[in-house]
Amino acid sequence: METLQDTETKKTTTSSPTFKGSGSQMLLNALIEEGVSTIFGYPGGAIMPIYDALYDYADKLEHILVRHEQGGIHAAQGYARTSGKVGVAFATSGPGATNLVTGLADAQIDSTPIVCITGQVFAHLLGTDAFQETDVINITTPVTKWNYQITDAKEIPEVLAKAFYIAKSGRPGPVLIDITKNAQLQIEEFEAYVKCNHIRSYRPKPKVRVEFIEEAAKLINSAQKPFVLFGQGVILGNAEKEFKAFIEKTGIPAAWTIMGEGAIPTDHPLNVGMLGMHGNYGPNVLTNEADVIIAIGMRFDDRVTGRLDKYAKQAKIVHLDIDPAEIDKNVKAEVGVWGDCKETLPILTNLVKQNRHEAWVAQFRDYNQQEIDQVITPELYPAGEEMTMGEVLRTLNELTGGDAVIVTDVGQHQMVACRYAKFNKTRSNVTSGGLGTMGFGLPAAIGAKYGAPERTVVAIIGDGGFQMTPQELGTIMQFGAAVKILILNNQFLGMVRQWQQLFHDKRYSFVNITSPDFVALAKSYYIEASKVDQRAELKKALETMINHQGSYLLEVMVGKENNVFPMVPQGCSVSEIRLK
Amino acid sequence: MSNDTIKYIPGDANYEGKQDFTITVYAEDRVGLLNRISIIFSKRKINIDSLNTSPSEIAGIHRFTILINESYEVVRKLARQIEKQVEVLKVYFNTDSEVIWQELALYKVSTEEITEKVTVERLLRQYGATAVVIRKDYTVFSVTGHKEETDALVKALEPYELIEFVRSARVAIIKDSAGFHEKLKEFEAEEPGEERVENEFLDKGDKIFTM
Repeated sequence: METLQDTETKKTTTSSPTFKGSGSQMLLNALIEEGVSTIFGYPGGAIMPIYDALYDYADKLEHILVRHEQGGIHAAQGYARTSGKVGVAFATSGPGATNLVTGLADAQIDSTPIVCITGQVFAHLLGTDAFQETDVINITTPVTKWNYQITDAKEIPEVLAKAFYIAKSGRPGPVLIDITKNAQLQIEEFEAYVKCNHIRSYRPKPKVRVEFIEEAAKLINSAQKPFVLFGQGVILGNAEKEFKAFIEKTGIPAAWTIMGEGAIPTDHPLNVGMLGMHGNYGPNVLTNEADVIIAIGMRFDDRVTGRLDKYAKQAKIVHLDIDPAEIDKNVKAEVGVWGDCKETLPILTNLVKQNRHEAWVAQFRDYNQQEIDQVITPELYPAGEEMTMGEVLRTLNELTGGDAVIVTDVGQHQMVACRYAKFNKTRSNVTSGGLGTMGFGLPAAIGAKYGAPERTVVAIIGDGGFQMTPQELGTIMQFGAAVKILILNNQFLGMVRQWQQLFHDKRYSFVNITSPDFVALAKSYYIEASKVDQRAELKKALETMINHQGSYLLEVMVGKENNVFPMVPQGCSVSEIRLK
Repeated sequence: MSNDTIKYIPGDANYEGKQDFTITVYAEDRVGLLNRISIIFSKRKINIDSLNTSPSEIAGIHRFTILINESYEVVRKLARQIEKQVEVLKVYFNTDSEVIWQELALYKVSTEEITEKVTVERLLRQYGATAVVIRKDYTVFSVTGHKEETDALVKALEPYELIEFVRSARVAIIKDSAGFHEKLKEFEAEEPGEERVENEFLDKGDKIFTM
């Protein structure tokens, strides 16, 4: 095998030796060169040389000691999502590294740019079943965009440059670099750090081909009922402005996947709501009525499409995506526009006619009115005594005005939060979309706060999900991340219970979950906390939470057996969406 | 694309049923890349019929030749997923009519058995076999050809105590290929060029399988 120092990556400048030191020091220098300021990590035997070097870098690199490596990587994800920068996590070999796997899988499916550094046993011990040795590279191969094991310190600068370039370019994703202990200790003379901007075997984005955009424009211009579906690609491509300009010129109604939420403000007149299983009524039903669908930076996940053979069969599909493997993967496109939407959207906007689709947009409004009457109003202004998750969200919106970062865990509260939270700004909705990782919320919120320190960060978490990663309260306690934790407690694993009620004859199999005293738990970590079970106290309690200096935990008792509607039952078409 | 109404026959790229496809992967020579590629198949519970790794026409660039029996749609998606891997330069997939391919098979039979019961000369002639080793106790023949040909000799030798049989993976040359040299130059250029954008979604139906 060759080393990475050959033809594969090109150096843009020739450089002279500038730094003599250990591989560990070089690694930290590389992080600084890449603009890293925050690391989430946990030390251990095989990564000790790196932590030893870190001791001297405290003024340049802030290290947040998490309580579990899964918490570390979710925090790095949260950081990447709100800041738009690459998140960084450290872990030791063996169990430290295997604890990253859930986060890697989450970041892979949600295209989150992160770089994980894991320690590894000495190179001469590889394959001997040494203490805390695991085959991290092979374990993480299916859940990383790229991974690499460094056994020689000389490789560190070039591999790190590649890691950051790969993580953030093209369709972003997680990268894991495993560094054997000998390489961390090895003293070398290193050349000046050069960032990577080209790898010959890697094409993060293509040259834009105008002829396909012209074809797309022709379809859009002739459409009577055009419909835009947008995903996180708009946010990852920093193309929110370009996207807004496109829909505003064409007057096309636009609906979002939960990963795309917030790319345009919630109250934008052309924002018609959420797609998919628990999405809004109009966007789902009218997917099967649109004549041209313009999919932008989204991947037609099964939770969005429902039954594929009954999905938008009447529509001609224009699919804009940076990843060519996504075009024609689940849904056949009439025109595929492979490219960075930051580049392709302005060209498209230029080619499309100014238009307004009033009658068509009004159709969305009609459906929305039905949904308001039958679902939304009862959820947001419940008549019954029990509090609903929706009214908690409505009250929260009133207090934050839609300026907060909302981090969610997974389950009913996640769907309710995505449906009802108001967003004024992009990079405000942090949720585990593709993988659906319970336990994501709390650690991701910590990272989200570091990624957007000036903003209010509210972590909305269910009673089940919170109990998967509660140890990260310790991280909040020690480092003071001012995260507002809002537990919506329905005393059930609510989403599973909902499915058991609707599709399994109400056979509630192991969804009845008890909880500790969350307030006492938070207080044991010196985090202010309170609990409400009365509607009359809700607003005040939320106000206290938001206005509290520092972190705060608020537990709200909500109705036990409320369901999230609308719902597209699994195996049904989007137009078969149920309102109850 | 969507307007394919004619049903094609096997050997045609647009045939919708399963058929043999030869996937040719040009990639960097990296530890672990084989795993990265093979899990793309195993993740979808798709079996690889044969897999060969070898150097390519360019020093430092590896060539994987993968044989699978699947439909065009499945193979196209697999190829995109493989090409998406950072260290893969390019993936081609071709039907049998678009490639020249060979497999090598070795047969070990008892020399006594074979000299008594069958004329070696006939074997050599009929199956294009070559005797690689002739010892008192056993003889090793080799045959180069397609699966059907090497299988036929297995059948012919079955009555005569076939002691061992092994067949190599398929290696294949793409008929339309002009080699990878020019392509590599484009890949090495820092700016993406027109040619690097070729893929079948964009170049609708226009010589999909050619370089």
